Amino acid sequence: MSIIEIKGLHKVYDGKSLPVYAVNGIDIKIEAGEFTAVVGPSGSGKTTLLNIVGGLDEPTEGEVFIDGVKITGLSGKEKTDFRMKNIGFVFQAYNLIPVFTAKENVEFILHLQGKPKAERERRTKELLEAVGLGDRMDSRPNKLSGGQQQRVAVARALASKPKFILADEPTANLDSKSTDNLLEIMEKLNREENITFLFSTHDQRVVSKARRVITIQDGVVVSDIRK
Amino acid sequence: MKDYIKLAWRNIWRNKRRTLICAASIFFGVVLSSFMSSMQEGSYEMYIKTIVNFYSGYIQVHQKGYWDDKVINNTLDYSSLKTQMPAIKGITVSTPRLENYALASLEDITKGVMVIGISPQKEDSITNLSKRVSEGSYLADGDAGVILGSALAKYMKVGVNDTLVLLSQGYHGVSAAGKYPVRGIIKQPSPDLDRRVVYMDVTTAQELFSAQERLTSLVIMVKDADDVPRIKRELAAKLGEEYEVMDWKEMNSMLIKQIDSDRASGVIMKGILYIIIAFGIFGTVMMMTAERRKEFGVLVAVGMQKYKLEYVVAMETVMLGFVGVITGIAASIPLLWYFMLHPIPLTGQAAETVMLMGFEPIMPFSMIPPIFYYQAITIFVFTLLIGIYPVLNISRMKISKALRS
Ligand SMILES: Nc1ncnc2c1ncn2[C@@H]1O[C@H](COP(=O)(O)OP(=O)(O)O)[C@@H](O)[C@H]1O
Ligand SMILES: [Mg+2]
Repeated sequence: MSIIEIKGLHKVYDGKSLPVYAVNGIDIKIEAGEFTAVVGPSGSGKTTLLNIVGGLDEPTEGEVFIDGVKITGLSGKEKTDFRMKNIGFVFQAYNLIPVFTAKENVEFILHLQGKPKAERERRTKELLEAVGLGDRMDSRPNKLSGGQQQRVAVARALASKPKFILADEPTANLDSKSTDNLLEIMEKLNREENITFLFSTHDQRVVSKARRVITIQDGVVVSDIRK
Repeated sequence: MKDYIKLAWRNIWRNKRRTLICAASIFFGVVLSSFMSSMQEGSYEMYIKTIVNFYSGYIQVHQKGYWDDKVINNTLDYSSLKTQMPAIKGITVSTPRLENYALASLEDITKGVMVIGISPQKEDSITNLSKRVSEGSYLADGDAGVILGSALAKYMKVGVNDTLVLLSQGYHGVSAAGKYPVRGIIKQPSPDLDRRVVYMDVTTAQELFSAQERLTSLVIMVKDADDVPRIKRELAAKLGEEYEVMDWKEMNSMLIKQIDSDRASGVIMKGILYIIIAFGIFGTVMMMTAERRKEFGVLVAVGMQKYKLEYVVAMETVMLGFVGVITGIAASIPLLWYFMLHPIPLTGQAAETVMLMGFEPIMPFSMIPPIFYYQAITIFVFTLLIGIYPVLNISRMKISKALRS
């Protein structure tokens, strides 16, 4: 069974005057352990697609299954719960709670999951070490660089042991060095821990690291290449 | 839970300056309003205390009809009342009084006075009369002499050991007259009383007015003012139709009415003050909500249920209020404490007015707990109401929209 199955997806926004057809019939299957980039120019529908896959938005038409569970059509509460248990998120920027330290940001997810304190502390330490921030655990986001913040976001996304990680343009606000660094960590997690990643980007350097590249344009898939 | 409190607490300090300004506005509001309330309640307490302790007592028993027609013929028979007086828990003392008007004269000065026949020892235990004797001595039980108010003494040029002549009408119209040596001069804090009161032993007064064993009132003091309604009820039930039992509120209904209306006008003033403060809090909360749209979106996206987030932001609003309330109360307590120990003396016209009404010319302060907890409750209610704003904001939030902001 695919980890993600997208069937006949459409999303129409009420635009200012005309309706906006952001997603126009997309069918994709993503298997466990894949490292997939969704590529396309700005406005092509990447965020819309990822939001629906992540249960953050409802499609106008079509269905999304995560590990066999249909998430489109769940109630808001059910979706929130589903996300907490199954999906890790990394957004473009300002991902973290600014008043929490790196450690507290990661721990917060485990807290939402109701994990006991000892386990939370152990796992938080493990995760932050895995993203190379073992020495910045007690720093607040404004004391971290953009790249470091995104690494904390990755650690947080991993905290709940999700089925996959969804990252909408995670490197868009980073310089090339931080971009390389973040991708290295993501690749390593994918290779060594078999974590499934689905991320969007319009950065060619990032695209080149992906092992599967899905290109969309005007809300439709124009190519889907496995390397 | 602990984590949410921590989160809320840190959130309110994100913009330190803004939070401090907001808290400062509440702080000053609380201090100002505590000050106002304390002064109001302090003067009410003083009025009530003055009246209860120096004059009416908590409860009085009269012959039925005396209160509406205060004449010597409406007196009660003490010997029969004594046999009927039940033992009621909470009564500390009861003391007899016989009051009547008289003309006092010394040489060629004559003045209308109020003669109050008292039981010197018992009366003293209630009103501390003896402490206020400024010249001469206090009355002994069964004394044949009198003591009089200092203003009255001055007016009549009466000194200790002079003999005062009293003329009046006694029980059932019998004419009353007597000569009484002045034992002492008493300084009554109530200028009104000071100007016209003549105290004598109650049996001496009964003789003067040919009203043997008769009283105008039996004044009752209680241990705890809160017990007054119960004690009054029990007394009235036991004593029956022949008597009227009145509490201090009934006997001072004018004062109570004035206090109530004064309190109401205070509530309006404080209400306006609090509404201004509430707008300040609301503005702060609106800004806090607006600038965190994206963050709220992220939190719900990563799996925080909206109701938990709503709980955190509501708590932030309440905390924001409480930072101001708690520091405000903490600052008010020593301030009011100081003024309670050192009441502001009134001068000029204000002093005259208050003295004419029979009270001490001071601005006393009160520290009764409601002054403080009403503030806390008011701000709590306001912040809860204001907290509805961010809560609604979150409950209506569309995550995908919030994330794009
Ligand atoms: N809430 C919305 N209302 C109306 N149009 C929207 C909304 N969100 C996105 N769009 C439009 O949908 C299209 C796809 O947007 P998006 O999914 O953000 O693309 P991408 O992430 O690839 O830049 C764009 O034309 C965008 O303007
Ligand atoms: Mg986008």
